[in-house]
Amino acid sequence: MDRIEKVVMATAILLLLVFFGAIMIAATSYGIDLPTCVTDRAPFTEGKAPFKTADQPLRYEAHTVARMWMFDPPEITVPPGAELDLYLSSADVVHGYYVEGTNINLMAVPGAVTYQRVKFDREGTYRVLCHEYCGTAHHLMAGTIVVTSQPVEEQ
Amino acid sequence: MNGVIKLPVEAGARRLVLLEIVLPVMLLVLGIYAGLLQVLFRAGVIQAAEFGGWEYYQALTLHGVVNAIVFTTFFAVAFGNALVPYALGMRLPLRWAWVSAIMMIAGTLMAAWAILAGKASVLYTFYPPLLAHPLFYIGAALLIVGSWVAFFNWIPMYRRWRREHPTQKTPLAVVGVFATFIVWLIATVAVAIEVVVLLIPWSLGWTQEVNVPLARMLFWFFGHPLVYFWLLPAYTMYYTMLPRLAGGKLYSDKVGRLVFMLLILFSIPVGAHHQYTEPVISSSAKLLHAVLTFAVALPSLITAFTLAASLEYGARQRGARGLFDWMFKQPFFSTDSWLFAYLIAGLLIFIMGGISGIVNASYNMNIVVHNTSWIPGHFHLTVAGPVLLAFLGMSLHLVSTYSGKELRLKRLAIAVPYLWLIGVFIFSWGMMRGGLHGEPRRSNLGMSYLNPDSPFYHPEWKLYVTVTMIGGIVMTLAMIAYFAVFFGTVLSRRRAEAMAEFPLSEAYHDESAGAVANFRPWLVAAVLLIAVAYTPMIRDVLRGTFSSAPGYEPHNPAPANQMEEGLETPAAP
Repeated sequence: MDRIEKVVMATAILLLLVFFGAIMIAATSYGIDLPTCVTDRAPFTEGKAPFKTADQPLRYEAHTVARMWMFDPPEITVPPGAELDLYLSSADVVHGYYVEGTNINLMAVPGAVTYQRVKFDREGTYRVLCHEYCGTAHHLMAGTIVVTSQPVEEQ
Repeated sequence: MNGVIKLPVEAGARRLVLLEIVLPVMLLVLGIYAGLLQVLFRAGVIQAAEFGGWEYYQALTLHGVVNAIVFTTFFAVAFGNALVPYALGMRLPLRWAWVSAIMMIAGTLMAAWAILAGKASVLYTFYPPLLAHPLFYIGAALLIVGSWVAFFNWIPMYRRWRREHPTQKTPLAVVGVFATFIVWLIATVAVAIEVVVLLIPWSLGWTQEVNVPLARMLFWFFGHPLVYFWLLPAYTMYYTMLPRLAGGKLYSDKVGRLVFMLLILFSIPVGAHHQYTEPVISSSAKLLHAVLTFAVALPSLITAFTLAASLEYGARQRGARGLFDWMFKQPFFSTDSWLFAYLIAGLLIFIMGGISGIVNASYNMNIVVHNTSWIPGHFHLTVAGPVLLAFLGMSLHLVSTYSGKELRLKRLAIAVPYLWLIGVFIFSWGMMRGGLHGEPRRSNLGMSYLNPDSPFYHPEWKLYVTVTMIGGIVMTLAMIAYFAVFFGTVLSRRRAEAMAEFPLSEAYHDESAGAVANFRPWLVAAVLLIAVAYTPMIRDVLRGTFSSAPGYEPHNPAPANQMEEGLETPAAP
């Protein structure tokens, strides 16, 4: 190997280290992280609309079941600023859970529970769509998340 | 080309290689048609569940299986069956080569029947618990095992060559083909376990349920090395043939060997980067695979330099001056070395494919693109870029030399890769931009999001799917031109003796191979690294999976085994 090849290799390694550093900054400073292995919840077959879980005023928990070809519940409503502990389970095949305009992009895998804590600051209606092929009517599987300051106490 | 060594081929080997090339190219006609249907469905031009008897997801399954699995596997085997004996100066042992071909053909026919009959619309990732006909899985297993047999058939030949040539380096072409099949063999063991142990007994009804997270882990153990199995024959052509086609030499022989060994080392323990957004796997295991995925980018970055340096060397031999002149003094449109056009167009596409791949690999950044149309936008810049074009070019080269026929429609043949390049850039721009705006992959958009009558109508994506469709149509035109050249050549009259000939390059720096002379230490390191990367994954699957799942046919939301017992038959909406 001549000198220039060694320089190229060192540059390539450095470039990859810079990329990796950027990812780590995003994960640690901005808290953008991936779902992990959940062992304290068993898979469920019934959805639950958001309910309060802790003393914090805006902490909610919701259970969403993905099944051919709908989400249960189809609509989730939370107030702006809510921190939602979202648990996702599948009642049949593998599904996806993608919330447009957010960093929520999850897989629903039968036999396991996907968990992510998500925060909603902006009011609005967000599309939720299934983005993993789940059978003939996959393209019709969608839901919504509504972030609104209208009272949602009855939920 | 002048000065290329020609070796006679016996009739049996000739027929074998021609069969292994012509049959998959015939199937590719169906695969390309299915691809055209995809862009029409997705753009909302076809607003229906099916067109011409093919359902959207059935056509998508066919497109993936034929183009990405069948065509590529047959090509890699045919390429090895031709190149390994040629580079070693030996004869291909025919008996097991035919056994391999027959297994692969039988497997392909079984799977093709299941898909065309509409009994296996599970896409080419066949994620359980979606259930396909048993012949789909059995056919896939036969295709894979048949390709192993082809590899095992070369090993005694190679060992004998090593004994007879103790002082020579293994030809780089053989290193490339063996690296391809070493990666393939290790990776396909996992998918063979998935298919043979989990899915075949389950699809036959011998077992009721399947462990879905385990099956997914096994699939992705295979799924990423699969892309290197596609890429490595193209790399072999880039390192061993492209420099010569450009009138130059390979810049460094040793770096070529190093790249192949690094790909053996790093291309397998990276499967979790396809599973970043899934449960069961802990984020620490995902991070480890993210690091290793960055490591596998290294050999490709080195390749970018070595190939550019080789091309520059060739151009300077022909009088290129200054800093950039060499880039334009390449035989882009030379009818003498038409194969160059296929290889260089693929390389240009791969620049974009590589960059977008680093985005996908980037751990949390993957959240933005996972399962959006960005992903197929990306991989059409890899598997439908350098891989496809190298395979198409070499298929033409093989049918022409192995049948002693002159290439027909040479100018059209040279236009194909550039037309494809234009098409695939337009296509992928649409797919990737749409993906960043949330457009999902693998979805019959014409039935919902791109249908003004649907409550899901999403006009923001109209631009992206339309651009994608235009790109797809240009790609189809390029392929129609290719088929005209290919079948025109196949059906033309023989003009010369059939000969094996490959434009193998010399090296500019031809150092001794040193640490990259032998596969064994790299194989041991690769297996150790796989153990390190997959031990935490296996632990997570064991502790994070609560239950197994029964099978579901794609058109019915009730479990398939309940259907048979008549317990429940809800209708599809």
